[in-house]
Amino acid sequence: MRRKITISELVAAAEQRGCPIWQVVLEREERLQGTERQDIWHKMKEYWMVMKGSLDAGTKPGNRSLSGLVGEEGALLTRYIEKTKPLSGYGSVLAAARAMGVAVVNASQGRIVAAPTAGSCGILPAVLATVAEETGAVEDAVVGALFTAAGVGMVIDEHAGTAGAKSGCQAECGSASCMAAVAAAEMAGGTPRQAANAGALALKNFLGLVCDPVAGLVEIPCVKRNAIGAGVALLAADMALAGIESKIPLDEVIQAMKEIGDAMPASLKETSLAGLAGTPTAREIEKRMNEID
Amino acid sequence: MPARSVFEIIGPVMIGPSSSHTAGAVRIGSIARAVLGEDFRRADITLYGSFAKTYKGHGTDRALVAGLLGMSGYDSRIRDALNIAATLGLEIRFRIAKGEEFHPNTADIELTGVSGKRVFLRGSSVGGGNVLITRINQYEVSVCAKNPTLMVEHVDRPGVIGRVAGVLGNNGINIAEMRLTGSNREGEKLMVIEMDRAVSDEVLETISGLPDVTAVIRI
Repeated sequence: MRRKITISELVAAAEQRGCPIWQVVLEREERLQGTERQDIWHKMKEYWMVMKGSLDAGTKPGNRSLSGLVGEEGALLTRYIEKTKPLSGYGSVLAAARAMGVAVVNASQGRIVAAPTAGSCGILPAVLATVAEETGAVEDAVVGALFTAAGVGMVIDEHAGTAGAKSGCQAECGSASCMAAVAAAEMAGGTPRQAANAGALALKNFLGLVCDPVAGLVEIPCVKRNAIGAGVALLAADMALAGIESKIPLDEVIQAMKEIGDAMPASLKETSLAGLAGTPTAREIEKRMNEID
Repeated sequence: MPARSVFEIIGPVMIGPSSSHTAGAVRIGSIARAVLGEDFRRADITLYGSFAKTYKGHGTDRALVAGLLGMSGYDSRIRDALNIAATLGLEIRFRIAKGEEFHPNTADIELTGVSGKRVFLRGSSVGGGNVLITRINQYEVSVCAKNPTLMVEHVDRPGVIGRVAGVLGNNGINIAEMRLTGSNREGEKLMVIEMDRAVSDEVLETISGLPDVTAVIRI
């Protein structure tokens, strides 16, 4: 059986060779798949095009989920930063607006790229698009960042899993925010070690987060968790770039996420039996949805 | 299972909101279409479990109909499938089942074709866009249709299986898995054959013409 990879191995390999993490991930993919590097790169670039399409679709006015429960959040936030100096910084708010836009595209049966899941699909494209603008990075740098993010996601998937039904929202929006933080830090010029620290700082804040979707739909609270997941990723990247280290290394944070996920009751793992899904307001929404029939 | 490729983490490209409710439902619809083997004019669809509870919000109804219309799980027209079906003058009825006797995401589809032919299919979406078909007409089956699949209805007599396998073998098609299932009607059986690659129209026709073969379905 293939040995599981770790974050520390990815970082060590990148440091040793003086290359970014994405290069290590890309070469590993070449070996695993036995495919040409340019084909792998091209496929990731195509995925970025789909992500860009979902970012664009997410900013169109009048978007609404199939249930009608969510839709206007991204537009509201975009309008807000056009008129007001936001408290959490322009980039963070822009990324949050974009993440919600993509999440609503998903909730309205539009085309998205799961990253790592459909429920958390807004975070990574929103963060990467925003960081690319802030740093003046070219498109190839974004494609590279996607490999870095995917490498981190593979480690998470191997050691803990990325399904809300298995480990809660920490494994979906938490993983996405972690992946985005690592990729953002690296894109902004951070060392592999700083990038890994960014991921650890982000993921630590999602530990224990349950998956409790209202009425079983990928809408409430998923859309807004995408927004805040994007914001956390950017803040974590800034903290790591400033030299702050996570005292608990990312590999151990991922292990902790798995243990927490295993201990989480089934009622809080995508079953909509408890948590926000069990609140009086959620039950009211659920009742109303059933009456539409 | 751990991810074996970066594209299992970044990807797949999909139509939201969830692979179970969209890609899986489209797949169930498209298998029902294949079982009918002709265009349909009427569909009676019964939804169970989570399909019944959340089908509007998840667009499961649109996804099932998209599959019946022949769309893939990546078609951006899925969200308009109900309108498209209405424009084509197709009659579609949804029924919500109470009770949880089946897998949470299950649909029964009764199709009436343009020729008046009728078929029944029960399918569940089991996650990640994968499905499990548990009933086709009068037969209890267990078909995931990940590989090209052939279902051969036949009279339960010696030699039929050999003849069908012979045709496949002569055409260089390897059988990956084969199961037999009976119905409540005596002397009637269904072969479910999973193959390494799909059969051509020609091979399909040859099998249809074999003695004791009564019907052939290709998925």
